[in-house]
Amino acid sequence: MAYKLSDFKTEVHVDWCPGCGDYGILSSIQMALAGLNVPPQRTAIFSGIGCSGKTTHYVKAYGVHTLHGRVLPYATGAKLANPNLLVIAVGGDGDGLGIGAGHFIGAGRRNLDITYVLFNNGVYGLTKGQASPTLKLGMQTKGLSQPNPNEGVNPLMLALAAGYTFMARGYAFNVPELVKLIRQGVEHHGSSFIEVLQPCPTYNNLNTRDWYGGLDRPDPETGRAQPRVYSLADTGYDPLLTPEMSEEQTHELLGRYVARTSEWGERIPVGVFLINRTTSTYEERISRRIPFYTQQTPAERVIADEAGRPTVDLSPLLAELRVS
Amino acid sequence: MPAEQSRLTWLIGGAQGSGVDSAANIFARACAFGGLQVYAQREYYSNIMGKHSYYQVAVADRALGAPRDQADLLVSFDAETVFLHARQVCASGGLIYDPKLAETPLERAAAMEERARTSLAHYLVDEQGLDETLGSMIQAAQARGVHCFPIPYRELLQKLADETGTALSSLKRVINLLAVAASCALLQYPLEPLLRALAAVFAGKAKVIKLNSRACELTYQYVADSFAGEKLARHLEPVETDQLRIYLTGTEAVALGKIAAGCSLQAYYPISPATDESSYLDAHALVPLKSPPGEPAKQAALIVLQTEDEIAAITAATGAALAGARAATSTSGPGFCLMTEALGWAGINEVPLVISLYQRGGPSTGLPTRTEQGDLRFVLHAGHGEFPRLVLASGDLSECFHDAIRVFNWAERYQTPVIHLLDKALSSAGQTLPPFELEGVRLDRGLRAYEASEGEYRRFAWSESGISPRTVLGQAGGMFWNTGDEHDETGHITEDPLVRDQMMEKRARKLQTAAQEIPEAEKFNLFGDPDAETMIVSWGSPKGAILEALEVLKAEGHSLSFLQVRLLWPLPARALEALLRRAKRRIAVENNYSGQLAGLIREQTGIKIEQLIVKYNGRPILSDELSEALKALLATKPGDSSSQKVVLTHGI
Ligand code: SF4
Repeated sequence: MAYKLSDFKTEVHVDWCPGCGDYGILSSIQMALAGLNVPPQRTAIFSGIGCSGKTTHYVKAYGVHTLHGRVLPYATGAKLANPNLLVIAVGGDGDGLGIGAGHFIGAGRRNLDITYVLFNNGVYGLTKGQASPTLKLGMQTKGLSQPNPNEGVNPLMLALAAGYTFMARGYAFNVPELVKLIRQGVEHHGSSFIEVLQPCPTYNNLNTRDWYGGLDRPDPETGRAQPRVYSLADTGYDPLLTPEMSEEQTHELLGRYVARTSEWGERIPVGVFLINRTTSTYEERISRRIPFYTQQTPAERVIADEAGRPTVDLSPLLAELRVS
Repeated sequence: MPAEQSRLTWLIGGAQGSGVDSAANIFARACAFGGLQVYAQREYYSNIMGKHSYYQVAVADRALGAPRDQADLLVSFDAETVFLHARQVCASGGLIYDPKLAETPLERAAAMEERARTSLAHYLVDEQGLDETLGSMIQAAQARGVHCFPIPYRELLQKLADETGTALSSLKRVINLLAVAASCALLQYPLEPLLRALAAVFAGKAKVIKLNSRACELTYQYVADSFAGEKLARHLEPVETDQLRIYLTGTEAVALGKIAAGCSLQAYYPISPATDESSYLDAHALVPLKSPPGEPAKQAALIVLQTEDEIAAITAATGAALAGARAATSTSGPGFCLMTEALGWAGINEVPLVISLYQRGGPSTGLPTRTEQGDLRFVLHAGHGEFPRLVLASGDLSECFHDAIRVFNWAERYQTPVIHLLDKALSSAGQTLPPFELEGVRLDRGLRAYEASEGEYRRFAWSESGISPRTVLGQAGGMFWNTGDEHDETGHITEDPLVRDQMMEKRARKLQTAAQEIPEAEKFNLFGDPDAETMIVSWGSPKGAILEALEVLKAEGHSLSFLQVRLLWPLPARALEALLRRAKRRIAVENNYSGQLAGLIREQTGIKIEQLIVKYNGRPILSDELSEALKALLATKPGDSSSQKVVLTHGI
């Protein structure tokens, strides 16, 4: 059965500021889900705390708005218990790379089949504009009394180090491209990480929609804005890492990855940076030990008969402990 | 025969990593294979190699439930053990030592705490007029009537090496077994159950079994040849029994309970003394299921997830519970501190979540491998704001097992976090028990909306009991939302004052429902003489020591009752009050500084428990020190202010 966009919309009033990049991301998630052919009730979306945390309430799917920084472990537990759920985690950059940084790494290392969408706006929106972990050194957004004294962390570099196997970056106001990225991320087997550049018009007065669009640097000849954001795919960038590739080819790709993800300021690439097919998913690793894991999931396990008697047979375990 | 004499306390010590644990394990099993019952307590440092650890194994022909201070036989193969424990051996008891160490001076016992060294120097030089060597410790022990037996480990090993053609250097780990064998031989215990224990512990390793068995035989021969004249007053005799028994630790008992309860996901972060439970579960990830005879054995999955920290552990378990799994986490105080925000999330979202909390000495890192009951007040209030939780404390290994099942039933029935309160003393206690029975066990999954329909279903629909039928992630028609914010009936955020009131009241009602439904027998136990004037009140692991002390005091003509509080929240205040009012003198016994249960009882019932016996040196309450303290208290008047708080200090 084909789903419509409206199948993934709730009645809940969306209370983000006008012009917020979150609107574009929300639509992209809903459109991506509508295109996936997975029933809304088989889908669970988890969110962290902050403006982006409210996303779950606006999407008609099981929605779990968790704690600050903890979206990934909540999502991990649900997905492990029921590997047949479609699980998407969303959260802000402060949530995921500040308070939740340890979980960001943990999730990458596991490579469970989930998709994590990071709303990167460079500030803490809901607490009124403090610097987030991605804000670059020396930047002074309007909520700050002095320029940022910390270097900003590069989410895609951190994701590479952590072991995510699908890395992409999108732009909140390029919905058609973002829909594709999210869809690809969901379809990828393993942990997908999608960083979304998200203007926060209320507190980030530097990385605005106009700034990403290059309105401040018109082409001297045509007078037309020269957008900072450009498509990686247009440059012929190939993100695929396969087991067949030689060490040299692998190094070449990783070199490109580092070079492209380091670009910022005048030119900012978006698109798929890496699809790593050289490692197994966490589900596959479990299945090696528990072959029936994805068919008889921990979540759906029948633990008692009708009378409530446990289905477990303790006798082999007790036999191991026998001393008579 | 009075209880005193049918019980033997065997104590082995040694450097951590030198095989003390496996030696004690073999001895305990050897006793069990001879039909005897065992209670073992392990004490160790937060260290991997070198620091002193010891194992106390109590053996009797009846069930035992607590460690004691006094040892009947001390088994050593290093110097520290002799220095630290020789004074614990009772007169006419025995001491096994390595004669090569006789010259070892106190200062060479490197891993010893400075305070212990000073006290020993004082004992040897000032009190005994001896020098500071191990030989002097032996001499002082002999002077008290202790039989001391030198066992030349090196020579025995050499003999074994020559006989079996094994390199001497590879036999180092056999020394602890020689010590065990020597102790068994001196206790005139037959060799056969010891060999059975070896076969069980080293199952599948025929060569190891053969070598170790030969080592035992050589030691038995040596003891027979060398100490024919000098016999220990105590000996150990196998008893005939047709009872089936298992030997297991507290963490294994909890793990087995979780498996029986159908727990299918446990998330944890390594922490002493909780980790052994998760390791056991992980080793049993393929859970055997009952299957009709003749059909192939069926199995189920138990996922054990080692997370990046305790916050991830509790939140992953919560995610799994939302998906419908029976999910748990297992931790100790420091880890639980990190979990408190997520505890509140599970509370406001009405998630069935089980937390096994093994208390250890606090605050902060505290005493990582030592016991304490210091977290009662903490678990009652952990997390900001107000939300329902149930707290159940187990007092022995059998309760550990059954309570581990019970907490899952409560978590699902009342859709809220349940804390299973345990401690280090229980976690590392080893005990022989009849195999656990699932006969009377019933699993209760609580109210579920299996037939929920889209557009109508409201996860947090108002109900009189406070409990609303639950759906799980992925279920058709049962869609819900969760949030850590206050929510409406569907689970969406609200700040509406009326809805807030309703939701607070709905959640609070669940606790009242639980208090009404849970049978009294699961809330507390009353032991001893119910009409006794003196009532002991306690909770958790001191249970075993209290029951033994009760027996000792009864034999001396004192009649007491013992109220063991199990359900600590919601506290069955009215029932407790009625019982407490019946006693003239009330004494709280707790493994903490302030008497936390006594305080809680005062808060909830208005009754002041006048006398406290507490212990906070990180060691469990020992039955002999407790009976002494109780006797002293009974000799005072209940209102005597000098006896309001007695601090127990024994243990090494
Ligand atoms: S504060 Fe910024 S991120 Fe938050 S809703 Fe407003 S614009 Fe969006």
